[in-house]
Amino acid sequence: MGAELIVIAGKLIVLATLLLTAVPVMVWVERRGAAFIQDRLGPNRVGPWGIIQPIADSVKLLFKEDLTPAGVNRWLYFLAPMISVFIAMLTFIVVPFGDGCGVTILGQPLGSLMVASELEVGVLYLLAISSLGVYGIVLAGWSSNNKYSLLGGLRASAQLISYELSMALAVLGVILATGSLRLDEVVAAQSGKLWNAVPQFLGFVVFVVAAFAETNRLPFDLAEAETELVAGYHVEYSSMKFAAFMMSEYMNMVTVSALLVTLFLGGSTLPGVHLEGWLGLVVSLAVFLGKVAFFMWLFVWVRWSLPRFRYDQLMRLGWKGLLPLATVNLVLVAVGVARGWTWI
Amino acid sequence: MSSTPEVIVCDPKPMGLLQRLYVIEVLKGLGVTLRHFLGNVFRRTYTVTVEWPEVKREYSERLRGRHILVAREDGSPRCVACYMCEEACPADCIYIEAEERDSDSVEFEKRPKVFEIDLLRCVYCGFCVDACPKEAIIMSRVHEMTFTTRDESVAGLDVLLQKKPLRKEDMGYRPYYGKPHSHIELPIPVKPGGLLG
Repeated sequence: MGAELIVIAGKLIVLATLLLTAVPVMVWVERRGAAFIQDRLGPNRVGPWGIIQPIADSVKLLFKEDLTPAGVNRWLYFLAPMISVFIAMLTFIVVPFGDGCGVTILGQPLGSLMVASELEVGVLYLLAISSLGVYGIVLAGWSSNNKYSLLGGLRASAQLISYELSMALAVLGVILATGSLRLDEVVAAQSGKLWNAVPQFLGFVVFVVAAFAETNRLPFDLAEAETELVAGYHVEYSSMKFAAFMMSEYMNMVTVSALLVTLFLGGSTLPGVHLEGWLGLVVSLAVFLGKVAFFMWLFVWVRWSLPRFRYDQLMRLGWKGLLPLATVNLVLVAVGVARGWTWI
Repeated sequence: MSSTPEVIVCDPKPMGLLQRLYVIEVLKGLGVTLRHFLGNVFRRTYTVTVEWPEVKREYSERLRGRHILVAREDGSPRCVACYMCEEACPADCIYIEAEERDSDSVEFEKRPKVFEIDLLRCVYCGFCVDACPKEAIIMSRVHEMTFTTRDESVAGLDVLLQKKPLRKEDMGYRPYYGKPHSHIELPIPVKPGGLLG
């Protein structure tokens, strides 16, 4: 029992560290990446290549005045950023972020490196929790007593309805092919054959597009929409409350990237590589981080390439584009499973 | 010539199937941004940023910077406090107080006791230079000026008076001293940045 607790606590610490470290790193990557894409230099003064810039930024944010505007719903106004961060951190616990490779600590095997290793309903948990994230945005928009915020919150909820269904359908294909709701089994099922992204290419594309909507990133950042809504749902937030929204955005990016990798790209495995012991553990972690890093870069890359979708265009894309595609994908997988095609 | 007015149709061309599919155009766009990113991250292919103050830009030879009050050989200002520049100034930024000067010549019987230019009000038009009958005020190429208070921006004789022999490359436009003496390198020289610079 004690050993089990220590193992879980260790996994949690590693996970929280990775998540929270990813935020400043991604802020830096985003700012410099954006600069280079736009033929600028970006922040390059603080530390070598400007890598200390996010720390300077967060110190600045900490010392800013924490303003509460008149007429806000105080309770919800305080709660909203907390919900955002909390949900963003909570989602990750069912994602296996590495392979234990038979390593034991105090006689307790690590298994696959996921915190909630006893949870049998991983994917369900994930879909449930990740949809809760929008509450942070909607409540922030509603409680701020600001028209722009309210519009931002409204859009976020409308957006949720448009992409969530297709996203769940895309995930359903993976579950069908695996026969389990556990994400570590999803990874294990992919290790012997092609990664899910190949036989379920449609589902993969649908999930990638939905991931951009889920994280409120361009081209689907309707809730923020600087050009129309000033800053959308967080217009009225300042200081660390604003930073909390910022952090949750980046943590959501990490989580969704990790999900993409786990569901469609074989998680922490590489085809043809089977290592044992600590070496295998470290390699699997590195492989996982590498794959996640690619998708993080994709998020940044797409953000500075594509213009924002209009409100109705997103609806059309969600209902008339993604939903049929996800359904076709699901039908294909179902037929494949029924016929016993082994490659699916 | 027929009298029917020429009609110009400005509708965009209808999009083809590939464009309406969106995906291919998205990939093209991503290609463009990736090209710019890779071109800028390893070497400065597209950026034009001049990283002041490490790198200073060469300005035009017509630049008009802070004024110089030209000095005589004995170090006193050549100015005779005639108020011509003060009158000519469109920004009303010059303030002169005259005083008598011990001189045997009628030509130089006055000199400025106070000669102040508010460098924040000044529009650097060079009219004072044109107005001066003695060529006592000219423009330099000094353009990096920092003031921490409003009072600091008012430059008196101590700042404006010429201190060292004038070099051609220090002098700004007006009066025009012959052919251009500075040159601009194009493209603007930038620091040869390394990885991520």
